[in-house]
Order: sequence, then C-alpha cells, then structure tokens
Amino acid sequence: MKTIVIGVIGADVHAVGNRIIEYTLTREGFNVVNIGVLSSQEDFINAAIETNASMILVSSLYGHGELDCRGMREKCIEAGIGNILLYVGGNIVVGKQDFKEVEKRFKDMGFNRVYPPGTPIEAVIPDIKKDLGML
Amino acid sequence: MKNYLMVDFGSTYTKLTAVDLEKEDIIATASHYTTVSTDITEGYHKALLKLYDQLGKKITFDKIIACSSAAGGLKMCAIGLVEELTVEAARRVCLGAGGKVDLVFSNKLTSLEVAQIIEKNIDIVLLAGGTDGGNSEVVLYNAEMLGIYGVDVPIIYAGNKACQDEIRLIFEKYRLKGYFCDNVMPKLNVLNIDSANEVIRKIFLENIIEAKGIKKIESEIDQVILPTPNAVLKAAQLLSEGYLDEAGLGDLMLIDIGGATTDVYSVGWGYPSKTDVVLKGLQEPFAKRTVEGDLGMRYSAEGVLQSMSNREIYQYKKEGIDIEYEAQKRRENVEFIATNDRDIEVDAIFAKKCVSVAVSRHVGHLEMVYTPQGTIYFQTGKNLVDVGHLIGTGGIIIKSPKASEILLSACYDRNNPLELRPASPVMMIDYDYILSAMGLLSLYEPLVALRIMKKRIKVIEEGAMKTNAIA
Repeated sequence: MKTIVIGVIGADVHAVGNRIIEYTLTREGFNVVNIGVLSSQEDFINAAIETNASMILVSSLYGHGELDCRGMREKCIEAGIGNILLYVGGNIVVGKQDFKEVEKRFKDMGFNRVYPPGTPIEAVIPDIKKDLGML
Repeated sequence: MKNYLMVDFGSTYTKLTAVDLEKEDIIATASHYTTVSTDITEGYHKALLKLYDQLGKKITFDKIIACSSAAGGLKMCAIGLVEELTVEAARRVCLGAGGKVDLVFSNKLTSLEVAQIIEKNIDIVLLAGGTDGGNSEVVLYNAEMLGIYGVDVPIIYAGNKACQDEIRLIFEKYRLKGYFCDNVMPKLNVLNIDSANEVIRKIFLENIIEAKGIKKIESEIDQVILPTPNAVLKAAQLLSEGYLDEAGLGDLMLIDIGGATTDVYSVGWGYPSKTDVVLKGLQEPFAKRTVEGDLGMRYSAEGVLQSMSNREIYQYKKEGIDIEYEAQKRRENVEFIATNDRDIEVDAIFAKKCVSVAVSRHVGHLEMVYTPQGTIYFQTGKNLVDVGHLIGTGGIIIKSPKASEILLSACYDRNNPLELRPASPVMMIDYDYILSAMGLLSLYEPLVALRIMKKRIKVIEEGAMKTNAIA
C-alpha cells in the first residue's frame, strides 16, 4: 500500500477540504497520513520520513501558499527524501492570476504537479496513480 | 498484624519504610548510606537496625520489596529516526520506565555513536524507528551497526513492525541480546508506551539488578521490583487517579530535587483548555516523567549556575551572595549540609532555579500564530495550567523552611506567559519521603498505598498564587 502524507500548510485552518481528501484517498486504497491544518514544511517532511511515504500532497486555501511552499523541495533533498513526489493545490496564490504562470512558478520550486482552485480530489487521482506507477 | 517493608536503594542512601497494613499507616522509616560498591546488604542491615531502634523492638515482615537507583541507575540509550518523532517517543519511553537516558541518537548510527554505547556502559538500548509499515531502511541499518560492533547489552526492538522478522535475523546473526515489543510510535504522532515499558521492567528484573550487584540482597528480601523513578511515577499516578471508591487528587505535578538531578512528574492529559489553541506534535504520556541531569543541589550545582543569566548572578552579588563560589563549593563538597540561615537561603536559591528550569522543560509551550482568521496558538506538550496539586519531595524541599517559595517557582510566571505551568495549585509536601515506597506498595495493596499517601502528604499552602494564565 502506497503512503501519502496530506495536510494544510502554513497558518491556514481550512479543515473541510482536508478531511474530504483524506476520506477520498483512503477509499481509493491509499495509506493516508493526515497531519491536519496549520502544518509546517518540517511537519510534512518528518511525517514522510517516518512513514516511508511516496508522496506529499500539500493543500493551501488562504492565498499564502507561495510563501509557505518556498524551499520545500530543497528541505526534502536535505532530509534525504529528495525524490519524493510533491503535489500542491487550492487557492495557492493571492488574487486572480494566470494559472499557467502560477503552475510554472510552483514547478520551478520543485513541485511535480500543481492544481488550480476548485479542482476536486477525484480529478487528481488518475495523476497520483500514474505517478506512483499503479496504472 | 501484617507488616510490609519497602526498601529504596538510592545512589547515596538506602531508605526503609515500614508499613502496618491494618492501620494503613507508616510505623517507622530509617536510612543508611548505600553500600553497593562493597556489599549492598551491609547498608541495608544498618538501616534495619535503626528501624528496629525506632520501633523499640524487632518485628517480622510479611513482605519485603525494593526499588533501586543504585550503581548509576538504569542507564539507557534511545535510538530513533526523526528527532521530533521516533527519537522523542523512544526517549519518553525510557524516562517513563525510570531510566536515565544517557545517550540519544537519531537517523543512521555512526561507528563513533556505537562506541559511546559501549564506553558509557549503557544497560539497555531501545531501538526504534519508522511507523508500522513506514521506514525500515534506517532501523535495519542500525541493528546491523549494533551487531557489527558487538553491543553486548539487552537491545529492545521497538520500531516498525514490518521489519521485525528481519531484525530478528540480524539479532540472531550477531548473537545479540535481542528483545521485542510493540512499536513506540505505531502511527504518526501516536505514542505507545506500555509494551516497551513491560519489556524494560522484565530486563531490569532479569539482568540489570544482577549485573549491578544488587541481586545479592534478594537472599534476604523478596524482590527488587522496579527502578526507583518508575515506582515514584506509579505512586503519582495512583494518587492522582484514585482506586475504586477511594478518590484521588486529580491532575497533579510532582517535583523531586536531588543532588545530581531534578525530576518532574505530571499526571493528566494536559489538553488545550481554550478553543483558539491547536495541539501539535507527538502525543504526550498521561503519566509523564522528565529528568534534568544538569540541575541538582550538589553534583549538578554548576549546571544550575549555567542556567542563570548574568543579570541574576549580578543581582545576587549585589545582595552579597557570590553564586559562582557557592556553586563550586556545593559541587566540590557534595556532602555539604546547610545549617546556618545564609546557607539555607543560598540552597533555596539553587532549589528555586532547579524547579523553575526543570518545570519549564517539562510543561507544554504556546506559540502565537497570526492567521487571516485572527491570532491562534500552537500548543506543544502538556497544558498543566489547571493542575490542582503540586507536590514537592527530596531532601531540600522536605527540610527547607522556604519550601513553599521553592515550589512557587514551578508556577505561572508572568515573564514567560507562554509556558503552560500550574497557575494556582494546592502545594503539598511529601514530608516522610514515602513516594517510592508507596509506588512499590501500590503493586500489592493499592488502596492502602493511596490512603497512606493521602494521610501523609500534607498541604503547605493553598492556592498560593492566583493568576490568569493564557491557556
């Protein structure tokens, strides 16, 4: 069973979507480690190390995602899990910006996949399965 | 008449507590220097004579049981993967079991680290790492390292369940003294203490007391059952929770200042009490013990000095107290007993600092976070603000005329509003030094042990400080 660490990054307390993601991924047969809201980059990374996770899925809904996610890939490399899959989704930037640019910015930061506002978790599952070699 | 005798083989003193089960009270206490380096029975016999003197006659005991922290205590090494997670879980298990955690290692062990395990004469190694089904690479590597360097002491495997069988093969390959228990952190941030605790206790009974020359006493008494700090933790838990119809005191904190260490115990879950506080990090044990090896009245007096600021040292100097000299004096003369007012005053200064710093390290802390929804707080560790009782034990607290002042240093401090210290507890003192004995007794007669504690541990000052703490 593949392990995925999920959580809401930064000073963000949006808990509802987080629970929906946990519910849906668990139903899909993943071992979900949910570190919940208000989680730091270190919380995600530590959890991924101990649980031998294949992926970290970061949620952010309050617009500060860009600040909160900066340097996360570098920290993963530092912590010895440099190859882990990093996903991010939600309202990850402030205001209405062209998503193509936003996606590029986050990919440059080392995220493997970036999802625009309003993406349901069901739409992400095929990508997860593909990236984890399950399809 | 039914009498039990409880013996505590301490690093310096062997303490005897005789109990009359029918009267539900202590009938005598006595102590003598511990003589474990020569023959442990010698000090015990001398203490026993003193006890008979007090009773005015020789009596027989239906049961004689003991706990021990003699010959260096139970020296443990905790190994895990991530510092804040399995390393911390392993460390907490060791402390709860009454161990002295001399070494703590994270991630892959180096040859230098393994060499330290051997050099420092560690008694038990607790090897953790990985949640169940999580990381196994590091813990397997570490087991190999312990094997390659031939670590010849009991090693308890308390890590990822998924690689238990592979670990067993490594233990067999290198002929290591391997033991197994449940993972100390089976899921992320979940702490699992009981199974590891049980194995530590078993090893303590089977190997450690033998190796330390304490076993010899068992020709004269029934059994050495527990490491002393574990007995105290059991007593604290019983006193807090109560037994059957007999009510306990509820959530409590207990402080024991010794010559070399300061131990803090707390019983209670310590969850946040306000809605704007979010609990973070590894789960805390319900009955928690921390021990500070750098804070003590004699051997560790210079450690206490180090935790003082230059301003504090300067202030004392202005009052005519050279704290640096006083620390050195206590370190160099560990037998020193304060007899005049000035020395008692200086001892109290050291004791207050021990309590203040040890409690700061024991209790949970708040951290302010500014969110678009307003200010909220992270809580890491236990919220002990509402703890109802604060109990002091150990020579300095029991004997000092300034005991309430010393205990007050554990309480809410307006200069550190984010530390979740007790706000206005009822302060009590274990005047007869009976906690470890009652922890031992609680294994056989919990009701009697509880009633004796409620009778003998006395209130010194109620609700000493009324403050509004943040949590």
